[in-house]
Amino acid sequence: MSSHAEGISTERHESQTWEMLWADPLGRMGVLLLVFVLLLSLFGPMIFKFDPRQVATTAQELLQPPSAQHWLGTDELGRDVFRATLAGSRISLLVGLLATVISILVGALIGLAAGYYPGLAGNILMRITDFFLVLPLLPLIIILAAIFGQNFLITILVIGLTSWPSTARIVRSQVISLRERQFIERIRSLGADDLRVIVVHILPNVLPLIYANTVLVIAGSILAEATLAFLGLGDPVRVSWGTMLHFAFVSGAAGRGAWWYLIPPGVGIVLVVLGFVLTGHTLDTILNPRLREY
Amino acid sequence: MGLLEIQGLTVQFNTRTGVVHAVDDVSLSLSSREILGVAGESGCGKTTTMLSIPHLLPKNATIMQGKILFEGNNLLDKTESEMEKIRWREISMIFQGSMNAFNPVHSIVAQIREPILHHQPGMNNSEIAERTQQLLEMVGISNTRARNYPHEFSGGMRQRAMIAMALACNPKLVIADEPVTALDVMIQAQILNLIKELSIKFGLSMILISHDLSVIAETCKRVAIMYAGRVVEQGTVEAVFNQPAHPYSRGLLSSFPDIFGRREFVMGIPGYPPDLIHPPQGCCFYERCPERLVQCAQNQPPMTTRAAGHSVVCHLYKEDQA
Repeated sequence: MSSHAEGISTERHESQTWEMLWADPLGRMGVLLLVFVLLLSLFGPMIFKFDPRQVATTAQELLQPPSAQHWLGTDELGRDVFRATLAGSRISLLVGLLATVISILVGALIGLAAGYYPGLAGNILMRITDFFLVLPLLPLIIILAAIFGQNFLITILVIGLTSWPSTARIVRSQVISLRERQFIERIRSLGADDLRVIVVHILPNVLPLIYANTVLVIAGSILAEATLAFLGLGDPVRVSWGTMLHFAFVSGAAGRGAWWYLIPPGVGIVLVVLGFVLTGHTLDTILNPRLREY
Repeated sequence: MGLLEIQGLTVQFNTRTGVVHAVDDVSLSLSSREILGVAGESGCGKTTTMLSIPHLLPKNATIMQGKILFEGNNLLDKTESEMEKIRWREISMIFQGSMNAFNPVHSIVAQIREPILHHQPGMNNSEIAERTQQLLEMVGISNTRARNYPHEFSGGMRQRAMIAMALACNPKLVIADEPVTALDVMIQAQILNLIKELSIKFGLSMILISHDLSVIAETCKRVAIMYAGRVVEQGTVEAVFNQPAHPYSRGLLSSFPDIFGRREFVMGIPGYPPDLIHPPQGCCFYERCPERLVQCAQNQPPMTTRAAGHSVVCHLYKEDQA
């Protein structure tokens, strides 16, 4: 019964955030974009099935401009670009989302721990964070991907494990200010152990920040995946937008004037990232106490 | 033998600028079912003294010497795990019910539940719910407001919730640190009445810390006046307020306007309290004392008893004792 009633209150709080997000024109645009892209990637490949192995048998079908049969033309192997784009959206989003889960988990954990134990342990954690923060990420990701191979899961891991420092820093700074508040002191004097203080009393206070950050990290992860795949380090079996761009580039689509091969995945990436960035920034201004305007 | 006996408590803080002698040789006693007021200006050591009872001093504080006897046991000998059992079950605290004293993301009832969860682990959910409802009723918060969040409560209601939290585990001794400081006068009176009622109803002993003498006059039976880390005078409220013996107590009392007297500027006490990193050798009030004697600069004044239970630490009364 108690959880039910508490649920109502939190819901009201969340609906406020929703209203503010919806009221902001940029936020609304971001949300609409995301809904649009998600629906497309969810239902698109079901309706327009794509088989990467179904290559053309005649030369006439290669790199054909848009037609009634192939709405966005064909690629250098004669596959339908429209269908490939829809299928690619799934991989791009999936990699972005899963990498973000890893990134946020690691970032939040390190941020919470470093903020709550500001002594030696926190210092060591933050120096590790600083180390990751100043690493030139792209070369690092390229090297890691080159060493561990072109595998879907490896890509997720590599992106996830290199993008957490910003989350860790944001969470840590908020935890430091929280742990000095009187209510935390009071709860500790009650005999609550550290785990309970962190999980029950500090974590809910930093969750909004983590939410806002998550959305931004997703955008970054999708871009990182596209970058890797474009450089030829993506999983060749699972075609993402980045992989498409890679093959378009390698096959000289730009030189041959095959714009229909280059533009769809590019536009896809731009729309998704724009959607996440717009939503994320608006959420950030709503939820981040530092940016909140009264 | 009282419920609580503080003997010669000395607490120091190690700070970057030096060692602060925050509490120096403080002795207080509290008998069962009594409300003791502790008064004094900011930084006089009242909170430090009280926080050393349940071992809640900040890390840079050290208790140099003294004893804190609670029901005859010295609390300063207890380990942290032993203290955890005493805190809230035997000795609890009412903090100032500011916004900061509550977790903004949990409902009031969830926060009142917290001490019960930690100290009465045997209770099941329905028992806890019953207990929290009873507690809220006790402090006059209607059950419909229980699931509200701290920001939806007024200052007075937050203070009531704070009191409910302090009483959650049926303590014997409650330490109230400035419980009405940020409230307006009407609400102050309500909260003080509530505190008095509850202390009678449950036979609580209380220590009420306040810088506001009228709060203490209204609530307490006995009062201790602290200055610069020392107790300068203690006795019954009537004795201390009607015949203040220490010049500081007199100054403190004349700092309040007399609503029946002539309209005049309140006296106040000129000057500032001494630097506690370099405490004065003699009487701590020497610098500001209007009645200082020659020996006050060099020698610490002795404690003299004025009447039963009314004692003062001042050179002015040396002769009386002899």
